[in-house]
Amino acid sequence: MEELSLHILDIVQNSVAADAKLIEVEITEDTAKDKLTVTVKDDGRGMSEETLRKVTDPFTTGRKTRCVGLGIPLLKLAAELTGGRVELSSELGKGTTVTAMFGYSHIDRQPLGDIVSTIHQLIVMNENTDFLYTHRINSKVFTLDTRQMREILGGVPLNTHEVMVWLLEYLKENESSLLKNCDGKE
Amino acid sequence: MKSLAELQEIRNRTLNNIIMRKEDGQGVRVVVGMATCGIAAGARPVMSAFVEELAKRNLSNVTVTQMGCIGACRLEPIVEIIAPNEEKVTYVKMTPEKAARVVAEHIVNKQVVTEYTIGAAE
Ligand SMILES: Nc1ncnc2c1ncn2[C@@H]1O[C@H](COP(=O)(O)OP(=O)(O)OP(=O)(O)O)[C@@H](O)[C@H]1O
Ligand SMILES: [Mg+2]
Repeated sequence: MEELSLHILDIVQNSVAADAKLIEVEITEDTAKDKLTVTVKDDGRGMSEETLRKVTDPFTTGRKTRCVGLGIPLLKLAAELTGGRVELSSELGKGTTVTAMFGYSHIDRQPLGDIVSTIHQLIVMNENTDFLYTHRINSKVFTLDTRQMREILGGVPLNTHEVMVWLLEYLKENESSLLKNCDGKE
Repeated sequence: MKSLAELQEIRNRTLNNIIMRKEDGQGVRVVVGMATCGIAAGARPVMSAFVEELAKRNLSNVTVTQMGCIGACRLEPIVEIIAPNEEKVTYVKMTPEKAARVVAEHIVNKQVVTEYTIGAAE
Protein backbone atom coordinates (compact mmCIF):
# COMPACT_ATOMS: atom_id res chain seq x y z
CA MET A 1 0.00 0.00 0.00
CA GLU A 2 1.73 3.15 -1.17
CA GLU A 3 -0.72 5.92 -0.38
CA LEU A 4 -2.43 6.97 2.82
CA SER A 5 -5.65 7.23 0.83
CA LEU A 6 -5.41 3.50 0.06
CA HIS A 7 -5.04 2.73 3.76
CA ILE A 8 -8.10 4.90 4.39
CA LEU A 9 -10.10 3.00 1.75
CA ASP A 10 -9.06 -0.22 3.45
CA ILE A 11 -9.65 0.82 7.07
CA VAL A 12 -13.12 2.10 6.19
CA GLN A 13 -13.95 -1.35 4.75
CA ASN A 14 -13.69 -2.64 8.32
CA SER A 15 -16.33 -0.13 9.40
CA VAL A 16 -18.54 -1.14 6.48
CA ALA A 17 -18.09 -4.79 7.41
CA ALA A 18 -19.10 -3.89 10.98
CA ASP A 19 -22.45 -2.58 9.63
CA ALA A 20 -21.78 1.04 10.46
CA LYS A 21 -24.54 3.48 9.55
CA LEU A 22 -22.36 6.56 9.84
CA ILE A 23 -18.63 6.64 9.16
CA GLU A 24 -16.61 9.74 9.90
CA VAL A 25 -13.34 10.15 8.06
CA GLU A 26 -11.13 13.00 9.11
CA ILE A 27 -7.74 13.99 7.76
CA THR A 28 -5.86 16.76 9.52
CA GLU A 29 -2.64 18.10 8.09
CA ASP A 30 -0.88 20.41 10.49
CA THR A 31 2.43 21.59 9.12
CA ALA A 32 3.24 23.72 12.16
CA LYS A 33 3.00 20.68 14.41
CA ASP A 34 4.52 18.56 11.64
CA LYS A 35 1.67 16.10 12.03
CA LEU A 36 -0.80 14.35 9.78
CA THR A 37 -3.66 12.60 11.54
CA VAL A 38 -6.25 10.28 10.03
CA THR A 39 -9.31 9.33 12.06
CA VAL A 40 -11.94 6.80 11.04
CA LYS A 41 -14.85 6.66 13.45
CA ASP A 42 -17.84 4.39 13.02
CA ASP A 43 -21.01 3.39 14.85
CA GLY A 44 -20.72 -0.25 13.86
CA ARG A 45 -20.80 -3.33 16.03
CA GLY A 46 -17.46 -2.67 17.71
CA MET A 47 -14.93 -5.17 19.05
CA SER A 48 -14.49 -7.06 22.28
CA GLU A 49 -11.42 -6.25 24.34
CA GLU A 50 -9.90 -9.51 23.27
CA THR A 51 -10.30 -8.81 19.55
CA LEU A 52 -9.02 -5.30 20.10
CA ARG A 53 -5.86 -6.67 21.71
CA LYS A 54 -5.35 -9.12 18.86
CA VAL A 55 -5.67 -6.65 16.03
CA THR A 56 -3.21 -4.24 17.61
CA ASP A 57 -0.62 -6.97 17.72
CA PRO A 58 0.73 -6.94 14.18
CA PHE A 59 1.19 -10.07 12.13
CA THR A 60 -0.02 -12.52 14.73
CA THR A 61 1.15 -15.99 13.74
CA GLY A 62 -1.03 -17.82 11.31
CA ARG A 63 -2.36 -14.65 9.82
CA LYS A 64 0.46 -13.77 7.51
CA THR A 65 -0.26 -16.37 4.86
CA ARG A 66 -4.00 -15.85 5.04
CA CYS A 67 -5.84 -13.14 3.31
CA VAL A 68 -7.09 -11.66 6.57
CA GLY A 69 -5.92 -9.38 9.26
CA LEU A 70 -3.59 -7.19 7.26
CA GLY A 71 -5.40 -3.87 7.19
CA ILE A 72 -4.66 -2.51 10.65
CA PRO A 73 -1.12 -3.93 10.92
CA LEU A 74 -0.19 -2.29 7.60
CA LEU A 75 -1.55 1.05 8.76
CA LYS A 76 0.33 0.69 12.02
CA LEU A 77 3.55 -0.06 10.20
CA ALA A 78 3.12 2.94 7.89
CA ALA A 79 2.51 5.24 10.88
CA GLU A 80 5.36 3.91 12.99
CA LEU A 81 7.82 4.30 10.12
CA THR A 82 7.25 8.05 10.41
CA GLY A 83 7.59 8.22 14.18
CA GLY A 84 3.84 8.12 14.60
CA ARG A 85 1.40 5.53 15.91
CA VAL A 86 -2.07 4.04 15.64
CA GLU A 87 -4.63 4.22 18.42
CA LEU A 88 -7.72 2.05 18.49
CA SER A 89 -10.71 2.35 20.71
CA SER A 90 -13.81 0.27 20.45
CA GLU A 91 -16.88 -0.69 22.37
CA LEU A 92 -19.15 -3.60 21.54
CA GLY A 93 -22.44 -2.36 20.16
CA LYS A 94 -21.23 1.24 20.09
CA GLY A 95 -18.54 1.57 17.48
CA THR A 96 -14.87 1.89 16.75
CA THR A 97 -12.39 4.71 16.30
CA VAL A 98 -9.07 4.26 14.54
CA THR A 99 -6.61 7.12 14.77
CA ALA A 100 -3.37 7.06 12.82
CA MET A 101 -0.73 9.72 13.41
CA PHE A 102 2.11 10.38 11.02
CA GLY A 103 5.18 12.58 11.04
CA TYR A 104 4.20 15.09 8.34
CA SER A 105 7.62 15.81 6.87
CA HIS A 106 9.17 12.42 7.63
CA ILE A 107 10.88 11.00 4.56
CA ASP A 108 9.02 7.71 4.92
CA ARG A 109 5.60 9.27 5.17
CA GLN A 110 3.47 8.04 2.33
CA PRO A 111 1.73 10.72 0.27
CA LEU A 112 -1.99 11.10 0.81
CA GLY A 113 -2.41 10.19 -2.86
CA ASP A 114 -5.72 9.97 -4.66
CA ILE A 115 -8.06 10.80 -1.79
CA VAL A 116 -10.73 11.89 -4.27
CA SER A 117 -11.08 8.34 -5.64
CA THR A 118 -11.08 6.87 -2.15
CA ILE A 119 -13.90 9.08 -0.86
CA HIS A 120 -15.84 8.83 -4.11
CA GLN A 121 -15.74 5.06 -4.11
CA LEU A 122 -16.61 4.74 -0.45
CA ILE A 123 -19.69 6.86 -0.96
CA VAL A 124 -20.95 5.36 -4.20
CA MET A 125 -20.28 1.76 -3.18
CA ASN A 126 -22.10 1.99 0.12
CA GLU A 127 -25.56 3.27 -0.60
CA ASN A 128 -26.78 2.37 2.89
CA THR A 129 -24.01 4.08 4.81
CA ASP A 130 -23.56 7.77 5.48
CA PHE A 131 -20.21 9.47 5.42
CA LEU A 132 -18.96 12.60 7.06
CA TYR A 133 -15.68 13.55 5.45
CA THR A 134 -13.48 16.33 6.75
CA HIS A 135 -10.12 17.30 5.31
CA ARG A 136 -8.17 20.04 7.07
CA ILE A 137 -4.96 21.53 5.83
CA ASN A 138 -3.80 23.99 8.45
CA SER A 139 -6.54 26.61 8.62
CA LYS A 140 -8.43 25.41 5.55
CA VAL A 141 -11.17 22.83 5.71
CA PHE A 142 -13.41 20.89 3.36
CA THR A 143 -16.38 18.94 4.68
CA LEU A 144 -18.80 16.66 2.92
CA ASP A 145 -21.80 15.10 4.61
CA THR A 146 -23.78 12.54 2.62
CA ARG A 147 -26.79 13.07 4.91
CA GLN A 148 -26.96 16.61 3.61
CA MET A 149 -26.64 15.35 0.02
CA ARG A 150 -29.45 12.85 0.54
CA GLU A 151 -31.68 15.52 1.98
CA ILE A 152 -31.35 17.60 -1.18
CA LEU A 153 -31.60 14.56 -3.45
CA GLY A 154 -34.84 13.32 -1.97
CA GLY A 155 -35.19 9.71 -3.07
CA VAL A 156 -32.44 9.82 -5.71
CA PRO A 157 -29.70 7.37 -4.64
CA LEU A 158 -26.08 8.52 -4.36
CA ASN A 159 -25.02 5.83 -6.80
CA THR A 160 -27.10 7.27 -9.63
CA HIS A 161 -24.76 7.97 -12.55
CA GLU A 162 -25.47 11.68 -12.65
CA VAL A 163 -24.85 12.01 -8.93
CA MET A 164 -21.65 9.96 -9.16
CA VAL A 165 -20.28 12.14 -11.95
CA TRP A 166 -21.25 15.30 -10.06
CA LEU A 167 -19.67 14.01 -6.84
CA LEU A 168 -16.39 13.20 -8.53
CA GLU A 169 -16.10 16.74 -9.88
CA TYR A 170 -17.21 18.24 -6.58
CA LEU A 171 -14.55 16.33 -4.68
CA LYS A 172 -11.87 17.18 -7.25
CA GLU A 173 -12.64 20.89 -7.15
CA ASN A 174 -12.76 21.12 -3.39
CA GLU A 175 -9.65 19.04 -2.82
CA SER A 176 -7.65 21.07 -5.29
CA SER A 177 -8.77 24.36 -3.80
CA LEU A 178 -7.69 23.03 -0.38
CA LEU A 179 -4.24 22.49 -1.79
CA LYS A 180 -4.03 26.00 -3.24
CA ASN A 181 -2.48 28.45 -0.82
CA CYS A 182 -2.56 25.84 1.88
CA ASP A 183 0.18 27.69 3.71
CA GLY A 184 -2.15 30.64 4.18
CA LYS A 185 -0.64 32.77 1.41
CA GLU A 186 -3.02 34.12 -1.18
CA MET B 1 -17.27 25.73 -8.70
CA LYS B 2 -19.79 22.99 -8.22
CA SER B 3 -22.27 23.53 -5.41
CA LEU B 4 -24.56 21.27 -3.43
CA ALA B 5 -27.50 23.17 -4.90
CA GLU B 6 -26.86 21.42 -8.22
CA LEU B 7 -28.07 18.24 -6.56
CA GLN B 8 -31.52 19.76 -6.57
CA GLU B 9 -31.41 20.00 -10.38
CA ILE B 10 -30.13 16.44 -10.65
CA ARG B 11 -32.99 15.38 -8.44
CA ASN B 12 -35.57 17.05 -10.63
CA ARG B 13 -34.00 15.62 -13.78
CA THR B 14 -33.53 12.06 -12.60
CA LEU B 15 -36.40 11.25 -10.30
CA ASN B 16 -38.55 9.97 -13.17
CA ASN B 17 -35.76 7.77 -14.53
CA ILE B 18 -35.16 6.36 -11.09
CA ILE B 19 -38.72 5.23 -10.80
CA MET B 20 -38.40 3.61 -14.22
CA ARG B 21 -35.15 1.96 -13.19
CA LYS B 22 -36.82 0.42 -10.17
CA GLU B 23 -39.61 -0.94 -12.32
CA ASP B 24 -37.04 -2.39 -14.69
CA GLY B 25 -36.20 -4.99 -12.09
CA GLN B 26 -32.68 -5.77 -11.11
CA GLY B 27 -29.85 -5.16 -13.53
CA VAL B 28 -26.27 -6.28 -13.78
CA ARG B 29 -24.03 -6.01 -10.72
CA VAL B 30 -20.31 -5.37 -10.91
CA VAL B 31 -18.68 -6.50 -7.66
CA VAL B 32 -15.10 -5.49 -6.94
CA GLY B 33 -12.93 -7.19 -4.29
CA MET B 34 -12.05 -4.47 -1.78
CA ALA B 35 -10.27 -6.30 1.01
CA THR B 36 -6.69 -5.31 1.84
CA CYS B 37 -5.36 -7.77 -0.75
CA GLY B 38 -7.58 -6.32 -3.47
CA ILE B 39 -6.79 -2.69 -2.64
CA ALA B 40 -3.06 -3.39 -2.47
CA ALA B 41 -3.23 -5.09 -5.87
CA GLY B 42 -4.96 -2.12 -7.52
CA ALA B 43 -8.71 -2.46 -6.96
CA ARG B 44 -9.24 1.29 -6.65
CA PRO B 45 -8.31 2.29 -10.22
CA VAL B 46 -10.25 -0.73 -11.50
CA MET B 47 -13.34 0.41 -9.65
CA SER B 48 -12.86 3.96 -10.97
CA ALA B 49 -12.64 2.62 -14.51
CA PHE B 50 -15.92 0.71 -14.15
CA VAL B 51 -17.72 3.74 -12.72
CA GLU B 52 -16.35 5.94 -15.50
CA GLU B 53 -17.17 3.54 -18.34
CA LEU B 54 -20.68 2.87 -17.07
CA ALA B 55 -21.40 6.57 -16.68
CA LYS B 56 -19.96 7.33 -20.12
CA ARG B 57 -22.24 4.77 -21.73
CA ASN B 58 -25.11 5.77 -19.46
CA LEU B 59 -25.67 2.18 -18.36
CA SER B 60 -27.87 3.22 -15.48
CA ASN B 61 -29.11 -0.28 -14.84
CA VAL B 62 -25.67 -1.50 -13.81
CA THR B 63 -24.53 -1.03 -10.23
CA VAL B 64 -21.01 -1.26 -8.86
CA THR B 65 -20.49 -2.66 -5.39
CA GLN B 66 -17.74 -4.21 -3.31
CA MET B 67 -16.99 -7.51 -1.65
CA GLY B 68 -14.41 -8.82 0.79
CA CYS B 69 -11.59 -11.28 0.20
CA ILE B 70 -12.64 -14.51 -1.50
CA GLY B 71 -9.40 -16.31 -0.70
CA ALA B 72 -7.61 -15.89 -4.02
CA CYS B 73 -5.40 -12.96 -3.03
CA ARG B 74 -2.75 -13.64 -5.67
CA LEU B 75 -5.39 -13.18 -8.38
CA GLU B 76 -6.56 -9.77 -7.17
CA PRO B 77 -7.94 -7.37 -8.29
CA ILE B 78 -10.94 -9.65 -8.70
CA VAL B 79 -14.24 -8.53 -10.21
CA GLU B 80 -17.45 -10.51 -10.44
CA ILE B 81 -20.15 -9.76 -12.98
CA ILE B 82 -23.54 -10.92 -11.80
CA ALA B 83 -26.38 -10.71 -14.29
CA PRO B 84 -29.93 -11.95 -13.80
CA ASN B 85 -30.46 -15.46 -15.18
CA GLU B 86 -26.77 -15.86 -15.99
CA GLU B 87 -23.96 -17.65 -14.28
CA LYS B 88 -21.66 -15.40 -12.28
CA VAL B 89 -18.41 -14.59 -14.11
CA THR B 90 -15.22 -14.00 -12.12
CA TYR B 91 -12.51 -11.87 -13.71
CA VAL B 92 -9.03 -11.85 -12.18
CA LYS B 93 -5.91 -9.66 -12.24
CA MET B 94 -8.00 -6.80 -13.45
CA THR B 95 -6.69 -3.44 -14.70
CA PRO B 96 -8.52 -0.27 -15.80
CA GLU B 97 -7.94 -1.27 -19.44
CA LYS B 98 -9.41 -4.72 -18.87
CA ALA B 99 -12.34 -3.11 -17.08
CA ALA B 100 -13.16 -1.02 -20.15
CA ARG B 101 -13.16 -4.17 -22.28
CA VAL B 102 -15.36 -6.06 -19.85
CA VAL B 103 -17.90 -3.23 -19.96
CA ALA B 104 -17.89 -3.09 -23.77
CA GLU B 105 -17.87 -6.80 -24.46
CA HIS B 106 -19.50 -8.48 -21.50
CA ILE B 107 -21.93 -5.93 -20.12
CA VAL B 108 -22.93 -4.29 -23.40
CA ASN B 109 -22.51 -7.12 -25.92
CA LYS B 110 -23.07 -10.07 -23.56
CA GLN B 111 -19.83 -11.73 -24.64
CA VAL B 112 -17.74 -13.00 -21.74
CA VAL B 113 -14.07 -11.97 -22.07
CA THR B 114 -12.85 -15.51 -21.50
CA GLU B 115 -9.14 -14.74 -21.40
CA TYR B 116 -9.56 -12.59 -18.25
CA THR B 117 -11.65 -15.09 -16.31
CA ILE B 118 -10.53 -17.12 -13.32
CA GLY B 119 -10.87 -20.27 -15.42
CA ALA B 120 -8.29 -19.02 -17.92
CA ALA B 121 -5.90 -17.97 -15.14
CA GLU B 122 -5.87 -21.35 -13.43
N1 LIG C 1 -14.22 -0.76 12.62
C1 LIG C 1 -14.27 -2.04 13.06
N2 LIG C 1 -15.39 -2.49 13.67
C2 LIG C 1 -15.46 -3.77 14.13
N3 LIG C 1 -14.44 -4.67 14.03
C3 LIG C 1 -13.30 -4.27 13.43
C4 LIG C 1 -13.14 -2.94 12.93
N4 LIG C 1 -11.91 -2.82 12.39
C5 LIG C 1 -11.33 -4.02 12.56
N5 LIG C 1 -12.14 -4.90 13.17
C6 LIG C 1 -11.85 -6.31 13.51
O1 LIG C 1 -10.44 -6.47 13.42
C7 LIG C 1 -10.14 -7.48 12.46
C8 LIG C 1 -8.83 -7.15 11.77
O2 LIG C 1 -8.96 -6.03 10.91
P1 LIG C 1 -7.95 -5.87 9.72
O3 LIG C 1 -8.38 -4.75 8.87
O4 LIG C 1 -6.57 -5.78 10.29
O5 LIG C 1 -8.06 -7.22 8.91
P2 LIG C 1 -9.33 -7.81 8.12
O6 LIG C 1 -10.29 -6.72 7.81
O7 LIG C 1 -9.85 -8.99 8.87
O8 LIG C 1 -8.71 -8.34 6.77
P3 LIG C 1 -8.01 -7.45 5.64
O9 LIG C 1 -8.03 -6.04 6.13
O10 LIG C 1 -6.64 -7.99 5.52
O11 LIG C 1 -8.83 -7.61 4.42
C9 LIG C 1 -11.34 -7.54 11.56
O12 LIG C 1 -11.49 -8.80 10.95
C10 LIG C 1 -12.47 -7.26 12.54
O13 LIG C 1 -12.83 -8.42 13.24
MG1 LIG D 1 -9.55 -4.86 6.97
